Amino acid sequence: MSGNGDRLVQLGRRRFLGAAGAGAVASALGPGATRAGASGPDPAITEVQDWARSLGDGVAVRPYGKPSTFEKHVIRRDVEWLTASRESSVSFTPLHQLDGVITPSGLCFERHHAGIAEIDPAKHRLMINGLVERQMVYTLEDLKRFPGRVNRVHFLECVANSGMEWRGAQLNGCQFTHGMVHNVMYTGVPLKTLLEHCGVRANGKWVLAEGGDASTMTRSLPLEKALKDCLVVWAMNGEALRPEQGYPLRLAVPGWEGNMWVKWLRRIEIGDQPWHQREETSKYTDLLADGRARRFTWIMDAKSVVTNPSPQAPIRHKGPAVLSGIAWSGRGAIQRVDVTLDGGRNWRHARIDGSALPLSLVRFYAEFDWNGEELLVQSRAIDDTGYVQPTKDELRKVRGTNSIYHNNGIQTWLVRTSGETENVEIS
Amino acid sequence: MSKFRSFLPALFALLALLAAPVLGQQRPVSAVALGRLALPEELAAWDIDVRPDGLGLPPGKGSVKRGERVFMEQCVACHGEFGEGAGRWPAVAGGRGSLKDHNPRKTIGSYWPFLSTVFDYVRRTMPFGNAQSLAPDDVYAVTAFLLFLNDAVDESFTLTRENFTTVRLPNAGGFYDDDRETAERHFWSREPCMSNCKAEAKVVSRARVLDVTPEDKTAAPKVD
Repeated sequence: MSGNGDRLVQLGRRRFLGAAGAGAVASALGPGATRAGASGPDPAITEVQDWARSLGDGVAVRPYGKPSTFEKHVIRRDVEWLTASRESSVSFTPLHQLDGVITPSGLCFERHHAGIAEIDPAKHRLMINGLVERQMVYTLEDLKRFPGRVNRVHFLECVANSGMEWRGAQLNGCQFTHGMVHNVMYTGVPLKTLLEHCGVRANGKWVLAEGGDASTMTRSLPLEKALKDCLVVWAMNGEALRPEQGYPLRLAVPGWEGNMWVKWLRRIEIGDQPWHQREETSKYTDLLADGRARRFTWIMDAKSVVTNPSPQAPIRHKGPAVLSGIAWSGRGAIQRVDVTLDGGRNWRHARIDGSALPLSLVRFYAEFDWNGEELLVQSRAIDDTGYVQPTKDELRKVRGTNSIYHNNGIQTWLVRTSGETENVEIS
Repeated sequence: MSKFRSFLPALFALLALLAAPVLGQQRPVSAVALGRLALPEELAAWDIDVRPDGLGLPPGKGSVKRGERVFMEQCVACHGEFGEGAGRWPAVAGGRGSLKDHNPRKTIGSYWPFLSTVFDYVRRTMPFGNAQSLAPDDVYAVTAFLLFLNDAVDESFTLTRENFTTVRLPNAGGFYDDDRETAERHFWSREPCMSNCKAEAKVVSRARVLDVTPEDKTAAPKVD
């Protein structure tokens, strides 16, 4: 009942402001004021709308449902200057327009190294070779007949997420600063099941995963991880993987950097040493201030970001406001998220709502009243290993500013008195 | 008696039916029949990865001179005549001694630890958009030319499967395994401050100054 009342109040307020002229902020109206009716009844109610009069599309007119046409601005976006070509590039998840913990499949960020491979599933094969008793080839139908199928919700974060921000605030929008993360439910079989089927030899210690696209993406990972929780998946959010996400088959490497989740997965090799492929030497190694580089930095540390407010989602109303955001950790489950509105002078615990699974995004909220004052908004994630998301300066102190990857520092948004929100860094 | 005998099979059938496991309680299903053995030709077609110890190198060889020809035909449009990189395409040469700079230039000569990575990557994915079109001898030759561009060999050099592992890249010792759990131990087990944590918070860096964000007209702010 109060929800309906608020809605009325809000609609009435909008009309009132329209009548009163631009620049009049609603502060003139106290929280208890009756705004409805200030300039007459609301035509959204009093007039019969088209959709309330005539018939809409029938069933099966939209055999595969799409979002409302009023949501067409909710899309992945890219930053053209970032890369040399769109085939080896990235597009970002519109985090500021999403809620809950599951990312819609069509909005999951893309990172391709040679464009989207459009693979005919009938021609797709998974080969397992190297140090195994039986070097095998499987079709998708074979894989779907294996016992022990599982469903798991996991975040996938590109290790270069926030990579443009090492030297200071750069991009205005959490879509661009943090949008290389998504969280979906995967369906597949444990990689362990397939490796047991082939019989890993005693000297097998490393796994090479290879994609079937024109980059033939390859990454080495330790056998221990492969046996622990890696999955060979063919579905996301209940339907076949999207081509952008590796249709018809990809590797899931929970909690570890996104590049290892090889898309269009066609081969698994077992060896006794890592392969030191291009994406684990030239790329995806972390150059530190002393000129040396960390390698094999696979785990994604705890991280969070406030998605609302944020530069693409400014505050548009005084009074009740819902701060919302996401947090995740590759080391386990998010235990707690703190938020501050005053640049870290004072913090409070955010409310986590929805599932809080390990190696998955969680959604947090912190409701507050905005009186038009300037805010410095931050969030801080803490996982169940006791890891506390560091500030960007704390990260720079250890790593310098050249590492590109693994920037999980605390993000600051400056909310101006106009509600406009900007990406800033603070002392 | 005869009646009883004729009843027995039916009884057993009934018992068998009752004893049959319901779906979901069956014994583990055998997966033995799934998939098939890979054929040698199939393994040869896909298993082309190369390791730093030379495992996976095909027979062959290629000179710097031949590599220059291949590079000028196949690679120069993106990587530049001297491997400096055209536009935003990757530089593959130069940058030695730049890794501590404000703008480090990470190339084969300045950053890559292993030559096998060059061979493997070129053979697997290059030229961009026409992957796996180079013959092994061309891959050896381009790899040799990239060494030459990085001042690691002279122009008379020929790279072969036999001498491959004798070539060491300058930054081979520049990497170490993830040490975050020790080097960044202070990020764990802190009790984060909740109130009066600092005297003030001043803006020191703003994205607006750079103004490099793609336009999004839907986000034009308007407070009511």
